[in-house]
Amino acid sequence: MAEIGRLTGARAANPWVTPVTLIRVVIVLAVLVIWQIMAVSGWFYRDVVPPLQTILVALIKLLSSTDFYWNLWVTIDEIGAGLLIGGIAGLVVGLVLGANRFLAKAFEPYIYYLGPTPKIVFFPVMIMWFGVGGGSKIAMGAVSCFFPIVLNVVAGMRQIDQVLIRVGKSFRANPWQMATKIYLPAMRHPVINGLRLGLGVALIGTLLAETKISNRGVGFLVIQAYSVFDMPRMYAILIALFVLAIGANALVAHFGGLEEIKRK
Amino acid sequence: MQSTRRFAPPLIGLGTFVLFLTAVEILIRVGLINRYIVPLPSEVAASFGRVIVEEDILHRFLLTAWECLAAGILLTVFGVAIGVLLHRVQLIRLACETWVAAAASAPLVLAYPLFLVIFGRSAMTIIVMAFIAGLAPVILKTIEGLSSTRRVLINVGRSFKLTPRQQFWKIYLPSALPAIFVGIRLGLIFALINVVGIEFLINFGGLGQLINELAERYDLPGTYAAICFVILVSVVFFVTTERAERWLRSVD
Repeated sequence: MAEIGRLTGARAANPWVTPVTLIRVVIVLAVLVIWQIMAVSGWFYRDVVPPLQTILVALIKLLSSTDFYWNLWVTIDEIGAGLLIGGIAGLVVGLVLGANRFLAKAFEPYIYYLGPTPKIVFFPVMIMWFGVGGGSKIAMGAVSCFFPIVLNVVAGMRQIDQVLIRVGKSFRANPWQMATKIYLPAMRHPVINGLRLGLGVALIGTLLAETKISNRGVGFLVIQAYSVFDMPRMYAILIALFVLAIGANALVAHFGGLEEIKRK
Repeated sequence: MQSTRRFAPPLIGLGTFVLFLTAVEILIRVGLINRYIVPLPSEVAASFGRVIVEEDILHRFLLTAWECLAAGILLTVFGVAIGVLLHRVQLIRLACETWVAAAASAPLVLAYPLFLVIFGRSAMTIIVMAFIAGLAPVILKTIEGLSSTRRVLINVGRSFKLTPRQQFWKIYLPSALPAIFVGIRLGLIFALINVVGIEFLINFGGLGQLINELAERYDLPGTYAAICFVILVSVVFFVTTERAERWLRSVD
C-alpha cells in the first residue's frame, strides 16, 4: 500500500516521469533491444525476425500507400455493416428476451450456449449463402457480434430499476416508447459494453474470413504478405491493425462512459 | 401445475427449433429454398453417421482435444505465473496491466500467418496461437483473484507469522483459486475457438479441418453435420467447465 502511495505521490509531483512510466519505457526498450539482437545475431531466419529498421521502413511504406487505406476502408465497411446488422438484430432480440421471462427461459439458453462457439466454422455456409465477396464477410461479422450484444442487452434489461419501468407503465407508454424512453437510456452502459465486445468479435470474424477467401481487405493484405513471404510488410500490417483495433475498442469504451464506471 | 410451468419454456424453445427445421425441410422440398445451397435437414441428420464413420471423427476429435489441452496447460502455467508475478511486483503490475487488457481486445489471432512461417503448417502453430489468444484472461483473472483476497485472511496469516512463501501458498492462492479457475476457463474457451478456427483456416488438424474438407468437396449435408458436431462439442465443453466452476465456487 505504501508503495502505491509513493507511486501516486510521484505521479502527482511530475506526471511525466513516474516510476510506472520509467518501467514502461524500460520494458519497451528491452523488448526492442532483444528483438534487434535476435535479428542481427543470425540465430533466426532474417526474414522471420527482420531488423527493426526494416519493419519501420515497411510500416512507413504501408502507411503512405493508398492501397492500404483502400483495403482498410473495405474492411471497415464490412465490419460496420456486420456490426449494424448484428447489432440491430441483437438489440431487438435482447429487448424481447429481456422484457419477457417466458421467452427468455425458452430461447436464452440457446443463445447463451451458442455464444462461445467458434463462429468461423459457419464461414463455408456463409459463402454458399452470400457468395465469396463482401456479403459473406459482413455475414460473418453480423453472426459474430450478435451473441455478445444479445446477452449484454438481456443482462442490462434485468438490471433496470423497477421504479423506472413502473413510471413508464403508469404513463401508459406503448412498447416502442418503453424501449426508446425507458429501457435503452437506462441500460446504456451494458449496451455499449455489448457493442464493444461485439466490435471485437466482428473484427476477428471479418478479418479471418478475409484471410480465408478474398481479394480485398486488411485480412487479404496479411495473407498476401504471407504468400509472397514479405515478412516486414506482414509485421507492419499487424502493428497497424492492432493499434487500430485497440484504439477503436478504447474509443467505444470512452464514449460509452465505461471508463467512468471502472473509475467508480 | 408447477411442473408444467417449469417445463413449458424449454419445451416451447425445443418445439420452435423442431418447427423451424420442419419448415426449412418443407420449403426445400417445394423448391422455395435451393437445395444446392441449404441441404434438407433430414439429409443432414442422416449424414451424421457417415461423417462419424468415414471421416474418422474420433481421431479428429482427439487431435483437437489434444491441441486444446496443450494450449490449456501452457495457459495455466504461464498465465498464472505471469499473473502472480504482476501481483507481487506492484510496479510492473501498474505498468503492464493495461497492456494485457489492451492485448485482450486486439485481434491477435490474425497473426497466425506469422506462426505459419515460424512453425509451418503444424499442430505447433495452432497450439501457440491458441495459447497467445487465451493468455490475457488468465493473467487478468489471476491478478483479480489474488488482489481480492480478504484482508482478514491476510491478517490471520500475519498473526501466525507466516513467511511470504507460506502466505502465498496457504492464504493467497487458495483464496484466489475460484477466480483463477474462471480465468483458465475463459482462456480454454478462447483456446478452443482459436484451435478450431485455425484448423479450419490452415486446413490442418482435427475438427476444423473436417469442415473445410467437406466444404471443399461440396458435401453440403456433411458440412452442416460437421458444423453441428463442432457446435455440440463446444457446448458440451462450455457446460462442463461451467459446472466445474460452479462446484468450485460452492466449495469456496
